[in-house]
Amino acid sequence: MLDDFFVRAMLAAIGVAAMAGPLGSFVVWRRMAYFGDTTAHAALLGIGLGVVLGIDLTLGVALVTVSVALLLLAMERRIGLALDTLLGILAHTSLALGVTIIALTPGLRVDLTAYLFGDVLAVSVTDIAVIASLAAVVLASLAAIWKPLVAATMDEELAAAEGVNTDLHRIALVLLLAVMIAVAMKVVGVLLVTALLIIPAAAARRLSSSPEQMAVIAGLLAMLAAIGGLFLSLYLDTPSGPSIVLAAAFIFVVSLLPLRSVRG
Amino acid sequence: MTNAAPLISAEELSVTIGKRTLLDAISLTVSPGEIVTVIGPNGGGKTTLVRALLGLQALSAGRIKRRKGLTIGYVPQSLTLNPMMPVSVSRLLTATISAGREVVSAALKETGVAHLIDESVHTLSGGEFRRVLLARALLRRPDLLVLDEPVAGVDHAGELALYALIQRIRDERGCGVLMVSHDLHVVMAATDNVICLNGHVCCTGQPHEVSQHSEYVRLFGPKAADALAFYEHHHDHEHGISGDVAHEHDHSHKDHPHAG
Repeated sequence: MLDDFFVRAMLAAIGVAAMAGPLGSFVVWRRMAYFGDTTAHAALLGIGLGVVLGIDLTLGVALVTVSVALLLLAMERRIGLALDTLLGILAHTSLALGVTIIALTPGLRVDLTAYLFGDVLAVSVTDIAVIASLAAVVLASLAAIWKPLVAATMDEELAAAEGVNTDLHRIALVLLLAVMIAVAMKVVGVLLVTALLIIPAAAARRLSSSPEQMAVIAGLLAMLAAIGGLFLSLYLDTPSGPSIVLAAAFIFVVSLLPLRSVRG
Repeated sequence: MTNAAPLISAEELSVTIGKRTLLDAISLTVSPGEIVTVIGPNGGGKTTLVRALLGLQALSAGRIKRRKGLTIGYVPQSLTLNPMMPVSVSRLLTATISAGREVVSAALKETGVAHLIDESVHTLSGGEFRRVLLARALLRRPDLLVLDEPVAGVDHAGELALYALIQRIRDERGCGVLMVSHDLHVVMAATDNVICLNGHVCCTGQPHEVSQHSEYVRLFGPKAADALAFYEHHHDHEHGISGDVAHEHDHSHKDHPHAG
């Protein structure tokens, strides 16, 4: 069954979607959309470095997303910096640097579109194994720190006053996000990762009455978007990453309709 | 007040960030059953003081002594909680502790909002939200309640009710209370000890003493003293203070009931 490219794509996309729902909820709650974008743009630098250094590309991307994420965190703590300006510089400089490194590497022909918009139809069985195991690790870690992380997200000062190590939890969340973004690049590409994080979570908001419900529903909606988008891509012969994001956007619009008609 | 050992005492606290001295050698103590109110102008260091007492702000000098095993119930001025996060009142109360529904309900009942237990926190009014946050702090069985601007965003009638509630909680539980307020008049009638803070401690003492202090009058203007006199008169039917306090502004208090 795994011989079928479509089944492989489906499994990879579902694995990434399972992470995107709960992590995306935190991105929405903590207003971290910029963070996903910047980290995702930097992922392209990881491709360039991976090629030049001759290491596994997913590993190269993960190294860069984790480094950039920690750098962002350090910058965020410094008072007096115009964060959005610096983010813009960081995101696009690393993107440009990645593209330049790839172009300068002799004898290398890389299809950039695959990294910008994802190429889930090309995932291998090994890719699926990597995605599945990382998804398991990310979700288990998130579950382990769930309660204090939610408390710190409600209000950092209050949680800190009540004994939550908010710095540690922020770093943990950012690292989990960096890993997710590195993995998600294959499925939706660097330009659309943030969409996969934010849109299902936003759609889940109106359907939930607790943070836990929202995380689970966001995960389910992200999976639904992944499946729907891949079928769309199969029948219309459209690129898979954008199709998944369009499916997510469609789900979001439906979530805005009055609740009863959604259920009906 | 009591003779018991203080719950918390700050000795010569100083906080300097960059070249700015936010707090300069502040000392204060809160004992069980005592209500201490810190007032002062915006930028006077009230929030920094609260953060320091909660252990959230590193000190440049001085030290804070907490009674062994002290539990602090903190009621912040507001939460950064994003409306995109669905949170019910009971979920908010149990964010950092585990408590059964009956316990949560009892805490909410104590602050008069038991009926809100399953409501979304995003639909609460300012006064309801205050009471929910207060119940949240009570759930920890605090020895010391720390309240940052407890009546911010509450209308005048709600303000009086909230101060009465805080007083009742102090009476029933015997806990110490530290309040921070820029609010001048209502708060002072309900408090045992007032500290007027403007970077340094301008003056300290019983409400009527502070209200007559030249530093206090300079910071808040003569009308502030006037307003306190009105409240003491109004609530306690104690006569004689108003004439002492108001000096040349001793004209009819009834014309300026909420001055300040």
